[in-house]
Amino acid sequence: MTGLANGPAPFPMTDSTVLKLTGLSKRFGSVVANDDVSLTLKKGEVLALLGENGAGKTTLMNMLFGHYLPDAGSVDVADEEGTLRALPLGHPQAALGAGVGMVHQHFTLAENLNALDNITLGSEPLFALKRDRAAARRKIEGIIERSGLNAPLNVPVGRLTVGERQRVEILKALYRDARILVLDEPTAVLTPQEADTLFENIQAMTQDGLSVIFISHKLREVLAFSDRIAVLRHGRKVGEMATSEADETSIARMMVGADTPKVARAELAPGKPVMQLAGISVAGRSKRDTLKDVDLTVNAHEILGVAGISGNGQGGLARVISGLVHPSAGRISIDDRPIAKLSPAAMVKAGIGRIPEDRHHEGIVGSMSVAENMVIERLDDPEVQRFGLLRHDEIRSHSEELAQEYDVRGPGVTASARLLSGGNIQKLILARVFERAPRLILANQPTRGLDMGAAAEVGRRLLEARERGAGVVLISEDLDEILGLADRIVVIRDGTLIEAATHDRETIGLMMAGETE
Amino acid sequence: MMDLLNILLSESFWAASLRIATPLIFGVLGALICERAGVLNLGIEGIFVVGAMCGWMAVWLGAGLWGGILVAACAGAFFGLLHAILTVPLGLSQHVSGLGITLFATSVSYFTYRTALPSVSSPPRIEPFQPLDLPILSDLPFLGPVLFQQTTLTWLALAFVALVWYVMNRTALGVALQAVGDNPNSVDAQGLSVYGLRIGAIVAGSALMALGGAFLTMSAFDAFFFGMVNGRGWVCIALVIFASWRPGKALFGALLFGAFDALQVRLQTEMGALVPGQVFLMAPYILSIIALVIAARSADYPRALLTPWFKGQR
Amino acid sequence: MIRIEPRAQTPRAFAVGIPVLSAIVALALAAIPLIFAGANPIVAYGEMFKGVFGSLFAFSEMLTRATPLMFTGLAAALAFRAKLWNIGAEGQLYLGAMAAVAIGSGVLDISGVVLLPLIIVCGAAAGAVGMAAPTYLKVRFGADEVVTTLLLNFIILIFLQMMLEGPLQDPMSLGWPQSAPVLDQGMLPPLMERMRVHSGLILALVLAGVAQFMLARSVWGFKLRAVGENVAAARHAGINVKRSLFGVAVISGGLAGLAGVSEVAGLKGYLTADLSPGFGYTGIVVAMLAGLSPVGVVVAALFIASVFVGADSMSRAMGVSSFLADLVVSMSLLCVLIGGFLAKYRIIRSNKAGATS
Repeated sequence: MTGLANGPAPFPMTDSTVLKLTGLSKRFGSVVANDDVSLTLKKGEVLALLGENGAGKTTLMNMLFGHYLPDAGSVDVADEEGTLRALPLGHPQAALGAGVGMVHQHFTLAENLNALDNITLGSEPLFALKRDRAAARRKIEGIIERSGLNAPLNVPVGRLTVGERQRVEILKALYRDARILVLDEPTAVLTPQEADTLFENIQAMTQDGLSVIFISHKLREVLAFSDRIAVLRHGRKVGEMATSEADETSIARMMVGADTPKVARAELAPGKPVMQLAGISVAGRSKRDTLKDVDLTVNAHEILGVAGISGNGQGGLARVISGLVHPSAGRISIDDRPIAKLSPAAMVKAGIGRIPEDRHHEGIVGSMSVAENMVIERLDDPEVQRFGLLRHDEIRSHSEELAQEYDVRGPGVTASARLLSGGNIQKLILARVFERAPRLILANQPTRGLDMGAAAEVGRRLLEARERGAGVVLISEDLDEILGLADRIVVIRDGTLIEAATHDRETIGLMMAGETE
Repeated sequence: MMDLLNILLSESFWAASLRIATPLIFGVLGALICERAGVLNLGIEGIFVVGAMCGWMAVWLGAGLWGGILVAACAGAFFGLLHAILTVPLGLSQHVSGLGITLFATSVSYFTYRTALPSVSSPPRIEPFQPLDLPILSDLPFLGPVLFQQTTLTWLALAFVALVWYVMNRTALGVALQAVGDNPNSVDAQGLSVYGLRIGAIVAGSALMALGGAFLTMSAFDAFFFGMVNGRGWVCIALVIFASWRPGKALFGALLFGAFDALQVRLQTEMGALVPGQVFLMAPYILSIIALVIAARSADYPRALLTPWFKGQR
Repeated sequence: MIRIEPRAQTPRAFAVGIPVLSAIVALALAAIPLIFAGANPIVAYGEMFKGVFGSLFAFSEMLTRATPLMFTGLAAALAFRAKLWNIGAEGQLYLGAMAAVAIGSGVLDISGVVLLPLIIVCGAAAGAVGMAAPTYLKVRFGADEVVTTLLLNFIILIFLQMMLEGPLQDPMSLGWPQSAPVLDQGMLPPLMERMRVHSGLILALVLAGVAQFMLARSVWGFKLRAVGENVAAARHAGINVKRSLFGVAVISGGLAGLAGVSEVAGLKGYLTADLSPGFGYTGIVVAMLAGLSPVGVVVAALFIASVFVGADSMSRAMGVSSFLADLVVSMSLLCVLIGGFLAKYRIIRSNKAGATS
């Protein structure tokens, strides 16, 4: 009865409860991540845990898996006989032993080891003199055969594709005889088609008695593939229903607590070209940073959406436009003037505003003040400095105005930028970028990790810039975001760009997967 | 030119190379274990000093040679544990903590030595490890003097190369150590303790480093001097990068360094009249820098090296 | 159950409180080796105190000892601010000292108005080169500067011995490896009559003030801080990271070089291979105790110098090894590190897992 790993379960699907979370609460400092959340999961069931970013979905699952210690509440997991037993909290080992497997949104794989070692890691006695790799391999191959989750076992994981890595993650859980599988945003890195295959695999596995919780904020896949839906908002469970009784509008309202603000967009004809890339190639260290002979024109009054599966050259494109990397071939021109020496400073000077992908890592210097982060791109400006000395008072008052205008909320402009929430950090970056009225804006995953309100604000600002006459390059792995904002869509795949010439989700999905001529 | 060839073909040159390489083998292996688990241990220089002093003093106090080795290893493990506590659960700067351990371990050693032996002009001597004298093997031409007239500690070092290689590549523990140095979350997600693995690795690695120091006072020399470690620890830190964190290459790097050092001593006597001796003394350190520069670009650093990890924060 | 949580903001009092407390804890811990050595700690601390504050001369000796530590402490503090790990101040100190005797001991017999500034500039330049080289290896080849600067210390020390037995050797030294003395007009003037404390101290204090001002108020300091705190964001924002690193390397190396100038042209008058009892390494402790603040360096250097001078005098009086000072210094580094942890994180004790907060 250990689910898939040991062959089909004798009892196909029963109503027995396999997991019960009772009154779980967790706070981080002053932030309440989860407040008195209770959930149950039945055998063979697929439960979708739905909520906005920051609603507390991942925290809840991390408590189940023992990564976080709850401040209050308990977890009960059914043993092999189906009897619910209390799970010791805060011990991943105990969760694993009880048959709970988790696939994290950020993969927890050692890239220097192959899949076999990653899968068996932690399952063997550490101080044994020998390992039985042959037996391990047999068991894994058995699981692969039954589940269809194929991945090469002998290659270092660092060289596998994202899809393969995810399958290795699921294999890890199944190898440990997981009866309950938790998937944290499993489709974030997959094409729509890959995602469909994954859910088909999952549904096949539930036939064998596996129970699944998957975390998502995508309504479409939740409605299509789950049996039951639980919605979290601000750390509380605000609703639960059978999927058959759910519809998109009611769930969306439940997630946000109000109707989502629809962004209005004016119809505008594209203007003159703002930025042109001609024959740009970048020899990156990995596939995600590599570009091959890319031509691209971005016009004024236009948002160009760059769709694609993560790691197909988005990094390389962003790094070139940000001035962080020197292309091995090709030219970039802004307003028909070629940029001779590429550097971040030169790009800023040429009128490119850059919203980096990783706002904490590249966007701000966390330990410096909000005000200092506001002016970090314009240290040559006489408003900011005179004779090499900073004009502290001017910087401060100017930053206060900007913070007001862009609604950057936090403990004030002299406080460290790292004290701001993710949304406010993004607003700080928007303020810094838009203040200079850039000719071209590079927005790389600008809404990733933001709640709906903050994401809508980013979209509104980008549309505003478009109306003003700027060109926008919007790189996003969220196809819905691109479909909603972009005037024109290109697909990036394997370091090359293909004009989509359509807004059709299905067609673009196929292009992302490379299944076109 | 003939002279150089003569040197390279002589038994004594290769025997000296292996002898000089021995403490470095211990040191590089120790540093390798720590760094494979994701923690840089700049305490190495001080741990060498502690190993040299404690090992020597234990023998001097009558603990016997193997007792001295045990004491040295324990002393190294103690300072390793200190570094481990500061850098693993507390997640403090591995650079600064390591330098602090080096300063602390060195001053503890010097203070203890001075306090135990307040006023001696020439340091007391012990009976060190003697060269092996194996019946037939030691009399073999060339191999005999080079391999089989080394002390037991040199053989211990070579045995540790094999042992570390085996553990790293063939056991579950080695897999877990490699994983924790690449992505601690991978280990945590599979229910193993990141802290336990890292602390264990640093303690074990530091004990090995201390054996490198003990070799100096218990095999290479027979007494303890201030400043006798003389940068050997830092050389090991460079060599471990050169060896790209592999035990076999670490042995090769240490032997290369030993051979170079042995060569410079011989060249110094040969050509002392032409070039100041210091040019040769500098050469091993310059070689280390060159090795580092060559290896650095392509070095496949353990990805989590220098990055602290906290439980429940990801 | 003990949990660790990051603090949102470090209380201001910690910035001063932690180093002070660390110093006190380190001194208190030193009682253990003192007892081990058979000395009464209270008496020993009394002797140490007398050895620093017992007379004007003792105090001036402490200031003399603090002077090079201020230079090397500043060198480490500025470099560490940019996360450039300059562990090579010891070697750079000797480069500065060699430059000082090379031009100051008779090659140029010119007026002191010209000679002294020239010695200072050349000494700083020599130290700067000593740090620019490993910085180049780091930027160009990715060679870790910790290892290269550490190894350079040994190389430079051997080079020094070569120079002292060769071109820099004093012909009057009867074969002793020491340099010719710096000309009288090239010496840093003393500050007090019959005392050894010299105007190198004034130079160090002025430079600490300038460094403090530049770090907080200048664009240069802004860039340096940004590079040190988050190099990816600094690069993305258009700051020339390489230029910033070279800039701070030159200044850091230069400051360490000045420590050598100050010892040779302020105190000893000539150069030997034992000029520095590890001032370069101790400078790292000074910088860490100072929380990498230039003004803090001045205070920390005074404390560390007091420990050394006091321990020397205690050692003479009571026969306890003066390595005690090194013990106190290294322990205060470890203590301040742990203190830094407490400043960043708070330790919360909850009696049971699952207790409601």
